[in-house]
Amino acid sequence: VAEVRAEMVANVWKVVATEGDQVEDGDTLVILESMKMEIPVLVEEGGGTLAKLHVAEGDVVQEGDLIATIS
Amino acid sequence: VLESVLVANRGEIARRIIATCRRLGVRSVAVYSEADADLPFAREADEALLIGPPPPAQSYLDAGAILTAARQSRAAAIHPGYGFLSENAVFARQVLAEGLTWVGPSPQAIEQMGDKINARNLMHRAGVPIALGSTEPVTDAAQALAEAERIGYPVMVKAAAGGGGIGMSAATGPEALQTAFDTARTRAERFFGSPAILLERFIERARHVEVQIMGLNDGRVVALGERDCSVQRRHQKVAEETPSPGVSPQVRESLLAAAVRAGEAVGYLGAGTVEFLLDVRKQEFMFLEMNTRLQVEHPVTELVTGIDLVEQQFLVAAGDPVSFEPAGVRYQGHALEFRVYAEDPVRFLPSPGAITQWEEPAGPGIRVDAGYETGNTVTPFYDPLLAKLCVHGPTRDEALGRAREAVAAFGVAGPKTNLPFHADLLASEPFVSGDYDTTVVAGLRP
Repeated sequence: VAEVRAEMVANVWKVVATEGDQVEDGDTLVILESMKMEIPVLVEEGGGTLAKLHVAEGDVVQEGDLIATIS
Repeated sequence: VLESVLVANRGEIARRIIATCRRLGVRSVAVYSEADADLPFAREADEALLIGPPPPAQSYLDAGAILTAARQSRAAAIHPGYGFLSENAVFARQVLAEGLTWVGPSPQAIEQMGDKINARNLMHRAGVPIALGSTEPVTDAAQALAEAERIGYPVMVKAAAGGGGIGMSAATGPEALQTAFDTARTRAERFFGSPAILLERFIERARHVEVQIMGLNDGRVVALGERDCSVQRRHQKVAEETPSPGVSPQVRESLLAAAVRAGEAVGYLGAGTVEFLLDVRKQEFMFLEMNTRLQVEHPVTELVTGIDLVEQQFLVAAGDPVSFEPAGVRYQGHALEFRVYAEDPVRFLPSPGAITQWEEPAGPGIRVDAGYETGNTVTPFYDPLLAKLCVHGPTRDEALGRAREAVAAFGVAGPKTNLPFHADLLASEPFVSGDYDTTVVAGLRP
């Protein structure tokens, strides 16, 4: 199980992936927005099934908050 | 001059405008979002009104909330700063319809320059050089391909209603063009509410040089020197200087004359900036766009001319003559500005957070326009500009020396800042020599 966490305080602008999706390295899960910049959150530590998305569009995430779980 | 001014902005620029209000005895009114209640600008204004929650659409972009605040505070005028509603002609009209003074050019001038394609066509007719590019909006990919063929690769793709480098990218061939076009269109729709795209011939080695202009009530348009803004990341400025080390006296003369023609073509009133790209190899310049407002980097012009540009904006808005003699402007020494951003200094990714230490450099030739202080929190809702570190010296070399000391003495803890990048820039050969172009940041951060 791999956890994808937020690197910074940001707003969740767009949720790109759907729970249950097969994802691999480089795929975009969600797009965050911070300080007028869009920051794509990518799968980086191995693919699998997107077991859970912990955020929804419009949410505010803090640094270290869980964004997705991949199993 | 004006009795009172509501500043419809935040951070360093709100604070800077309020400082001129205080100096001139003009009553200042700040408006702030819930995220900014503790920032210095809200405290330093004579009066401060909460206008809404943190997201810009519900606060600094909410024209209704700002006009309500203007009524409540009985403000006589509105200064929009830069960004937010500053180049929104609809808002400017609403302000005027309320019987308030708008500290800016006419809504017509804002409109004419706001659409980049219209601005290009207008400038071409006024005899201002423009790059080969679109004369009408490009709305689909097939049209973009045809336009790119006509213009010749590489081409620059950008939003016709855009600014701030958002959605802008260069394409070297048809495949890259497809990607660039899709990106530009998505961003254009999202950020500027219009999908219209503009293609322009891309210049390989270019400097970004702009001219400060001031339209006077007697109809004259005055040029107040140029600023070199070639130090950019993601097409956004990071450091600026005046005079430009890449502009010869002959080029400067024609550049300033072209900027005056640009201003005259729209009957420009007040402070504005005409941006050009200078082809380094050919020593030719081309009109890029006009910013119909006060520019972020205006302090470097103030440092070398001794003119307070915000004061001149107030005077022009009030229908008065400016406080300087247009024919007798003296340029003294060299000035640079370094934008201190809350971002990591390598990848330039945003880094919001609480500021636990804020120590500004001080001394001869040092000016810091800061939006924050110790104890403030930098939130993710707004752009990452924390402060502008400006230096002035008798020569460029002396100014660079002061800049190195000032960058080293600037102590910020909490959010990451790009101060280490500025230290690298000030040690890099291209920047120190003055022989650099818009690729200088990419060269330092490969």
